[in-house]
Amino acid sequence: MQKKDDLLSRIRAALGRSVGQPPAPLPPPRLRIPEMSVEARIERFFKNLENLAGKTLLASSLEEARCYVAQLIGEQPAVASNAPLLRECGITDLPTVRSGFACESDLRAACASAAFGITSADYALADTGTLVLFSSPEEARMVSLLPPVHVAVVPRGRILTGLDELLTEVPLPADRSSSMLFITGPSRTADIEQILVRGVHGPGEIHVIVV
Amino acid sequence: MTGAPENQIRNTLENQHLQTAIYTATGRLMSHRRAVVSPEVLPDFQELRTQANLIKKHTIENLDYYLEQFASNVAARGGKVIWARDGAAVVDFLAKLAKEKNVRLIVKAKSMTSEEIELNDRLGRHGLEPVETDLGEYIVQLAHERPYHIVAPALHKTRYEVADLFTERLGVERETEIERQTKIARSVLREKFLSAGIGISGANFLVADSGAIVLVTNEGNARMATTLPRIHVAIAGIEKVIPRAQDLAVFLKLLGRSATGQPLTVYTSFLSGPRRENEIDGPDEFYVVLLDNGRTRLLADRYKRESLYCIRCGACLNHCPVYRKVGGHNYPWVYSGPIGKIITPQYLGVTHDPWLPFASSLCGACEEVCPVKIRIPRLLLKLRSEVVKAKMRDPQSRLERLGFRVWAWVMCRPKLYEMLGAMGSAVFGNGEAWLRRAPGLMNYGPVKAWFSQRDLAPMPARSFRQMWRARRKAAQD
Repeated sequence: MQKKDDLLSRIRAALGRSVGQPPAPLPPPRLRIPEMSVEARIERFFKNLENLAGKTLLASSLEEARCYVAQLIGEQPAVASNAPLLRECGITDLPTVRSGFACESDLRAACASAAFGITSADYALADTGTLVLFSSPEEARMVSLLPPVHVAVVPRGRILTGLDELLTEVPLPADRSSSMLFITGPSRTADIEQILVRGVHGPGEIHVIVV
Repeated sequence: MTGAPENQIRNTLENQHLQTAIYTATGRLMSHRRAVVSPEVLPDFQELRTQANLIKKHTIENLDYYLEQFASNVAARGGKVIWARDGAAVVDFLAKLAKEKNVRLIVKAKSMTSEEIELNDRLGRHGLEPVETDLGEYIVQLAHERPYHIVAPALHKTRYEVADLFTERLGVERETEIERQTKIARSVLREKFLSAGIGISGANFLVADSGAIVLVTNEGNARMATTLPRIHVAIAGIEKVIPRAQDLAVFLKLLGRSATGQPLTVYTSFLSGPRRENEIDGPDEFYVVLLDNGRTRLLADRYKRESLYCIRCGACLNHCPVYRKVGGHNYPWVYSGPIGKIITPQYLGVTHDPWLPFASSLCGACEEVCPVKIRIPRLLLKLRSEVVKAKMRDPQSRLERLGFRVWAWVMCRPKLYEMLGAMGSAVFGNGEAWLRRAPGLMNYGPVKAWFSQRDLAPMPARSFRQMWRARRKAAQD
């Protein structure tokens, strides 16, 4: 408490402000949301993600999404999040897919050895090719992080135009979850000689299926 | 520039390889940026900069209010805020926490604030093992060096140097292919992530209305460091606060574009408190250390406090003709480039490195690209005048002042000026480099240092004033 008051009083002294003095009016936030049809959003989202070497698929049915994932993972181990959509697609029923984790240590062990992590997403942002994931009982943080390949299945109605629309829809993300995460393409670095390398700590490959 | 590390700078300038590395890296970052801020792709770029500047100005001017709001929201989400006066306070806190939780291994995501307080060395002295996990920072840590650039810490290292470093420090076989080097780092660091007890990160933003910290990275190391260890500690300068989550719509658009030319970096994490009851993973404990370390001193000056608007994008480094020649290790402190030139003297005191604010041509490129519109050249001038005032009392500056007084006296007397000009012309003729060749005074001390690289233009046969008179006379005739 002492340290807090010390620091705050140094700040107030520097600024010539007094305890409890309200701030001057804050400039209003700047949020601009363009008109865009769902089709245009999907197209834009895909184009931006593909520019970042993301793979995309517009699936006409849940069945098509399941087939794509089945073919992609083949015989390799995968972890699926608890998102209901993945169950509805039948992805959690695939033979090498493990799902339904409620305990951190089990999930960690599974994710650390899985070749694929499969999630849904709360939103996608067309403007930047971004997936938005809130941490929840349905969506753990690790599934999209530890395995070398990330696959996401996103309902088409959840594609927003961009950051401005997201923050209009969810003005206080902390009310919803301890973690809101944006994923924009595969993990990458250019730290050695400015040469682009994908897949440093996060997944080096990302597939997004819009259904 | 007395006091500047001249030999060290000369070494950098003569190292052809290093010159190419700095020039290509900064050049590439510049062109990437240019491609995503042009009016065709981002018509409202200038409006975004203006808004960012307004928000930063407002927040800094009401900083106590927003920090209190931030702290109470962190507490409401089950996190804890630590108020730290300086680096020692941060180290004390971390050492105690590590001891209490029986932790030795600490994974770190990139943070300039932690560099500023030399956190790694100091934690090492407490028997702790902090490991940098950003690839560039990891390389720099293995080499026991300081980051070369705010966003590209290992910009000066070639793949061959990295190969030697990995062999020497990690005991792996020599590997010169960059992709495989990255794989080596990934697997070494993966082990560390999975076994570390504490994850330390910086914070790109502190969001007051949410009690959240925002982290942007491309590699995913900040996600790892804030997801796997049981404890997450974020260390942030007090100036990092912004009022609302909604303001991120402005700042995130500017940060990635200005830094690396990305509309958004690969990962952006918005973290508020430890994992909630029903969430499956995430840390059990969440701490935010709010660091002063000289910032409140800086805040007291109403002109210079805008240096605290900086969001550490590094664009001013990439566009600075001085940085692009001398690189990142010839600046006296962890912050290099134009932003380093204005914050270093304010943190360490203007007399610490009095030459620093003068090491600029004031070309203004930094201000032009700054996403939050910090008027860097103006602040450099302000700092120069402070250095001069601080040096007023020493004898050399008295001599200099006398010189300027004589010069001003002559300049106020046109007849005398003309006479001296004519004399100069007669004595020195109109050859090149006449001052340098002139005998006596010009070969003396600081005067010689100045003229070794510069000289006055040759004396003209006829002065401007003579030509002007001749012209007017001709026109009248």
